[in-house]
Parts: sequence; C-alpha cells; structure tokens
Amino acid sequence: MSIEFLLNGERIEVEAPPMSRLLDVLRRELGLTGTKEGCGEGECGACTVLLEDVPVLSCLLPLVQCEGRRVDTIEGLARSEAGPLIERLVSLGGVQCGACTPGIVVATCALLRQTENPTRAQVAQALAGNLCRCTGYEGIHRAIQALAEP
Amino acid sequence: MNPRSQTARARSDLGTRESEAARDDRSPARPDGFAKASGSLAYADDARLEGMLFGATLRSPHPHARIRSAHWRPERAPAGAIGLLARDLTGPNGVQLLDDAWPILAGDGVHHVGEAVGLAAATSPEAAQAALAAFEIEYEPLPARTTPAEALPSDVFTELEILHGDVAHGFTQAAHIVEGTWRTARQEHVYIECQSMTAWIDTDDTLVVQGSMQCPYYVQNALSHALKRPAQRVRVVATPPGGGFGGKEDYPSLLALHVALLALATRHPVRISYDRHEDMLATSKRHPSEVHHRSGVDSDGRLTAMDVDILLDAGAYRTLSPVVLSRAVLHATGAYRCPNVRIRGRAVRTHTLPNGAFRGFGAPQVLFAVERQMDRIARAVGIDPLEIRLRNVLEPGDELPTGQVLDDSTSARLCLERVERETDFRRRWREHERQRSTISGDANGSRKGVGISLYLHGSGFTGNGEKRLASTVRARLRSDGRIELQTASVDMGQGSCIVLPMVAADACGLHVDDFVVAEPDTSRVPDSGPTVASRTSMIVAGEVALAAQEICGQIVDAWGKRIDSAEEARLEAGELLAGSRSEAFRQVARCHYLEYGASEVTRVHTPPAWQEFDEESYRGVAYPTYAFGADVAEVEVDPDTLQVRPLAVTAVCEVGRVLHPVLCRGQIEGGTLQAVGWALMEEAQCREGHLVNDRLATYLLPTVQDCPEIQVVLLEHPWNGVGTGAKGVGELPMNGAAPAVVAAIENATGLAIAELPATPERLLVELERQGLADRTQPS
Repeated sequence: MSIEFLLNGERIEVEAPPMSRLLDVLRRELGLTGTKEGCGEGECGACTVLLEDVPVLSCLLPLVQCEGRRVDTIEGLARSEAGPLIERLVSLGGVQCGACTPGIVVATCALLRQTENPTRAQVAQALAGNLCRCTGYEGIHRAIQALAEP
Repeated sequence: MNPRSQTARARSDLGTRESEAARDDRSPARPDGFAKASGSLAYADDARLEGMLFGATLRSPHPHARIRSAHWRPERAPAGAIGLLARDLTGPNGVQLLDDAWPILAGDGVHHVGEAVGLAAATSPEAAQAALAAFEIEYEPLPARTTPAEALPSDVFTELEILHGDVAHGFTQAAHIVEGTWRTARQEHVYIECQSMTAWIDTDDTLVVQGSMQCPYYVQNALSHALKRPAQRVRVVATPPGGGFGGKEDYPSLLALHVALLALATRHPVRISYDRHEDMLATSKRHPSEVHHRSGVDSDGRLTAMDVDILLDAGAYRTLSPVVLSRAVLHATGAYRCPNVRIRGRAVRTHTLPNGAFRGFGAPQVLFAVERQMDRIARAVGIDPLEIRLRNVLEPGDELPTGQVLDDSTSARLCLERVERETDFRRRWREHERQRSTISGDANGSRKGVGISLYLHGSGFTGNGEKRLASTVRARLRSDGRIELQTASVDMGQGSCIVLPMVAADACGLHVDDFVVAEPDTSRVPDSGPTVASRTSMIVAGEVALAAQEICGQIVDAWGKRIDSAEEARLEAGELLAGSRSEAFRQVARCHYLEYGASEVTRVHTPPAWQEFDEESYRGVAYPTYAFGADVAEVEVDPDTLQVRPLAVTAVCEVGRVLHPVLCRGQIEGGTLQAVGWALMEEAQCREGHLVNDRLATYLLPTVQDCPEIQVVLLEHPWNGVGTGAKGVGELPMNGAAPAVVAAIENATGLAIAELPATPERLLVELERQGLADRTQPS
C-alpha cells in the first residue's frame, strides 16, 4: 500500500504495509537513522518525531496514520529550528552518549513552539517521556534555560 | 619513589582550589556533539550492509536444566535460514574473560533463564525470529538455586579476605558494638542503545566485528581464543556506544562470538541487534549484595574494630565477579580509619543471569552498607551523622586495611567540610530530628529530611591490573600536519574524544584541533586497555600526552636545525618560536611529514614502582590514588503513600585535576542520578530465576520528573603520582547518593531502610515493623 505524507517539508510516497511502525519505515526504508529505537514500546522517547507539531513515539505509530499529514524528524529539525538548541546542548553538557539526544531535541522543539521561555517545571513536563541515562538531565535543563539568554 | 614524598612536593606548589565549570576555555565543545544531537552519527545499528543477514538467539526458558537433545529442523525454518548449536562450534565453547567458563552456546545444560542455546540467521530480523521455531530442544528441568542463601556454603566462586590489626582486641576496646545487615538490588544498566554487533569476512579472510562495546581488545581476544584465529586475522571496530556504564564491558564478547559464528557459517555479513526486552533478559546486571557489618567504637565514637562480611550474587557464571568482589572488599570500610579490620568477601553461584561490570564495580554496594552503618553507629553513640564522619575520616598518613599509607591527596575531610558549608546539613538534620519527635507529619503534609554520605573510589585498575595490562598508546603525525592519537579507548559519552586532545594540546603547546582521535579499531590502534575503571582520563590520557609531546619534540628539533637559530626552538600556542623567528606548527609539521614520513611514537604505561600489591595477602597499594566525595541529599516523603521525592543532591567531589569542567560535572550529575534510581526505584526482580520486570514498562528508572536538583561542587586537589593528575571520576558519584538518600528518608520519617531500593512497599513494611505510627502521635 502506498502512503503519502509530508516528511521534513517534502512530500513523499512510501510503499509499505499500512501497519508498519513509522520508526521502521524511517530507519529502514528512508535511511533516516537519527530516530533511534530505545525500547520499542513507548517508554523511552528515543524515537520521538513530530506529527502535526505534536511529539509522538514513532515505535507506536502505524505508518497509515501519517497519510496526508506532516511529520518532522530530527534530520529536518536539525537543519532548521533546532540549531541553537543543539549548540547549547553540546556546549553545556546536555549530550553524552547521544542515543537519547535526537528524541530530546525533537520533544524540546515541540515545547519551544508552544512556550518560548519554558520554566524548569515546564521542561520536566515536556520531557517526561524521554529517558536519558547519562546526564542526570541537568545538562539538558541548563541548555534549554540558556536559550533564553542572549 | 615513596608516594608520600612525591605528592607532598606536588601539593606545595598547587594546593586545592575549586573548579568553576563556567570557564568555557577549559571546556571546549565535544567534536561528536553536533552529529549526535542531529542524528547523523552512525551507531551500531544504523548503517546497513549489502547482503546482510540478521541473527536471532534461542534462549533457555529454564533456570537450570539438562539438555537431553537439541536439533535444528531446517524444513521448519524460512527458506535460506541457518541454525547453529553448541555442537557446531569447532573451537573451545567459552568466552575468554578471566577464564573461559562462560559458554558461547549452552551444550549439555542451561544454568540460567535467557542463556543462549541456539543461533539462527535469515534475511530479515523477522525471518530470523521465525527461524527459532526450527530448533527442537528437549530439556530436563533440574532443581535451581536462585538466591545466594541457597548457594551457600558450597557454591562459592571466589572468596577474599583482608586482615588488618587485631579485630578481637579492637572489640574489647569498644564502648559500643553495632551490627547491621544491608542489602542492595540487581540493577539494570539501561544504556539507551541496546547491544548490537555485526560481523563479516573481508576479502583477505580477516574476520571483522563491529559494534557497540567498551573494550575492543577484550572482544578481539575472545574471538581469537574461541575461533582459533590469530589476532591479526580478527579486526574489531567499536562504534560509538549509546551508553555503556559497564554493561558493554563483558557481554559484547559473547555477542561478537554469536555474530562471528553466523558470519563464518553463512559467509555473509550478519547483524544481531537486541530489542530492549532481549537486552534486559540476556545481559549482565549489577550484583545484588548482602553486607553484614559488626563495628566497635569507643565512647567518643572512634572506630576500634570493623568486621565486614560481603556476599555478592555472581549469577550462573564467574565472568568478572572475582574482580568486582576485589573492588568490593577493598572499599568495604569506606573513607574511614580503623586500626583493626577483618573483611571477608564471597561471590556465589546462583542459577540466574551472570552479573558483571556496572559503574562502581562492587564499590556502591559496600559504600551503601558502610555509610548506613556509620549512621547507625552515630545514633548508638549519640552524635550526629556529620560528627561521626569527621571523627573517623581518613586523613593523609592514615593506613588502609591493606596497609597502604594514604598520601597528601587524601581529601575526604575537605569534601565533608565543604558539603556542610554548602548545605548547612547539621542544623537541618537536627531540626528534622526534633520535628519528627514532636509533631506528626501529616498535619502539615509531607515530611522532609536530609542525609549525608562520604565516599571514595580507587582510581584505575585494581592491584597489579595496570602492570599486567601494559597499556599501549600511539601518536602519529598525519600528512595534514595534525597528530593522530591512537588508543583503544571508546567514547561512550564521557568525552574522551575531547579530553584526549585537550591533554595532548596542553602538554605540547598546541590547539585541540591540532589533534585527531583515531577510531577504536584494533587494526589501527594499539591496546591501551579497556574503557573501564575510570582509567581513561588518568592513565591513557597521560600516556597520550607524553607520546604527542615526543612527536612535537622531533618536529621542533628538526625545525631548529633547519633554521639554524642560535636560540633554542620551542612550541607555544601552535607556533614554533626561536629568537625572533616564528612559524605556524601545522605548516612545519606538514613539511616534516613530507621529509621524514609519518613519525610515530608508541608508549607503554608502567605503573610507578611504589604501586606494589600482593594479590595473595591483599597487602600493599591497591590503587595509586583515591577520589573522594561527600553528598547531602534532601527528600520529601508523603506520609500517606510513603512515596519518596528526592528534592536535591549536593555532591562535592575531589577528583584531582579537572580536565574538562563541563564533562566532569556531567559525569557526576549522571552518576548521581543512577545512584538515586538505584536507591529509590531500580530493581531487576528475579523470581525463581525468572526476571519479572524485563521491559521498560515495568523496570522503572528516573525520568526528568523524578530527578532531584543536582548541585555539583568540584574540588581540584592536583596529584602528580600517575598520568595527567586527574583521578578517576566516572564511577565515583555512583558510590555516594544512595546512602545519602536513604539517610534522608530516615531523617524525615524515622524509618531506617536496610535494603535497596527504598520503595513505598519497603517503607510500609518498616513502618509496621517499627510501630512508628503510634510513636509519632503527639503526646
């Protein structure tokens, strides 16, 4: 079955079973491996993508649900709005092993579209579904708070 | 050289100072950071190879069983799939670590649930899973011993003992004798990237294995041993691990053998990538522990005797347990001085998953025990937790139970004093104690409490480990005038990709970008040892700096001769200088390469002569130095649900020279949260040998919402004994937060939890046991 959707601003058509996990389609069919699989059951957030601006877990999302909709992955966001965030994550200790980082970047972009200068509590709310095992989350908080600084 | 005189000299011109993380010039951005955050860095499972097959593993459903018969029925498998059993192995069926008793595939019997029995390969991961149905295994279940209690006394893998002074005499001097038994749970690493490995055969018949690992040469050694291939025909390449924490120290050797066997059988590239469920079911965990303390103190609370008995559950195979146990016995008395000590440690066999390396490596278990024991002693003596620590804290010149005399870099007291200053611990602790005895908590809602811990971690390999290892590094001039640093160290997030160039740049008078860190590939880098034991920044980086310096020396000398200057040539901030002459280093280095070729310098680490340790008697210098830390944790406990919320942890850590403040702080923040998770929620529960919570929906670890505010204070107390002057930092924080958090719960509620994790269920049991509900009613 052919599914058509807007991926990182470009219209694409994918030939795949409609119930394929979006995660597998991205990684295997489209070569977009920035989206990571951490648990495969919606617990860790490493596979977070945006569906119509809302962070969703691509390991739980059947491809068919993307039909006609907008999907943004880390690859698209890193080229556009995520630049300043990524720079601060890197310089302030928000990146260690990096396996959770693309998911954290995607989820944070969604937050920043809603709230320009989020508080620590708002960040914690928005990233509650993204596990990081390396940083103790402090470097991630520092980076997001630093976005408000000139 | 006597370590004390040497470090005394170092101390005189340096002194302790505080490191400020905000100083950006000391914290250049890690070069892999953008690629990681933007998703472009290739991890083990990201790039697919042409013609690649996928492997799957058949695992034991029984904790203990004899295998009566085992067959592969190809007619039941997807077309083209292949299956392997133990009988198909042509070499020794063992993963070479300390010994080779850990089977690659179970042969006559299985000894834990999840043990690998068969391997299948097919054209997709799904087809490989389907192929597992083609195995026909007949098991005869046998009685299983799944707890250490059942294993004792017969099934002991390793037993160690340390004797110091006269313990019996020490107890006769005691005014109080305090006993305690402290238990900790099996902890899962939960690196976000599950284990993944790929193998193929190169055209020259070299076996190549590439994947997520901490120790490429361990993997090469295991492949070479079991496949009976010379090491030169086994090439191992480490991809950037998406987290390790020790979990990618031992297990990757087994997984590498699995993919290699399938690749050799099919002559195709083969990949096995575990999903989270399989990763949790199959890979090693932190050893569950039971530590019994009997301590004697005089009427002032000074330790007169410590008798410590440590029991670690090793699981079904020995793997790394003897060395984990070794670190446990060597840290058992914590950061305290005691003249009379007996420490016994045993690692026992059970029919459960083999436990292995996990950040801290046996030390967190014994530090939890000794720290809680000190709090119990303080109550017996009638002094507060800070005071008991100040009265017993290790000082320079004190002797450890091994007889090692501590040098001037011993900074435990500085950490304690600083954490008190930072948190006002003593006053707050007393206030919560008073409130608890006078008011019932629920009227004003939740109760707060604070707890303190003091801890240490021996830097580098234990005992003669570094001597045996003879860690080798190489620096090599490249045609572009940059210097390549070749080590087998793997950057699993800790940041060696920037720390190695920083240390080399500092030593040479060059810039960080004058260096390139080589990919950890055994065909290109020498064996600088495993990426474990907090040894990279201290030992590997130290040797790298010397090797780079030597290359620069050659270039400077050649340039000096060429320009024939009367003044001595030198290198400063990327410029070669001699009198009024100057030239950019990179340019000169390019010319040097054209003239002399790729100069390279290889260095082998030799531990200083004073680092002598007798592995029979456990006397001597077990670690060249120790990093110290003191934590204060604050928690809030809901009196109705007994839910514990960690509010804040202040960690004061003295880690020698701080090489990169941002990354150093990141290590302490991350390690602290892993310890908080272990203290409050993390437990891989095993019931009759079966892992109960074998997925992230049921194995809970801290999310950003469960995380306390973590404040880190780095104290620098430079030390010149070995390498860069940095002490090990990666594991240190894992030792501190758990006892502090549990002490804070006691301060808040009066409930002294003796077993981790301190879940609401355990608090409820303790509440009922103590009948505390009655005692806290207003009188």
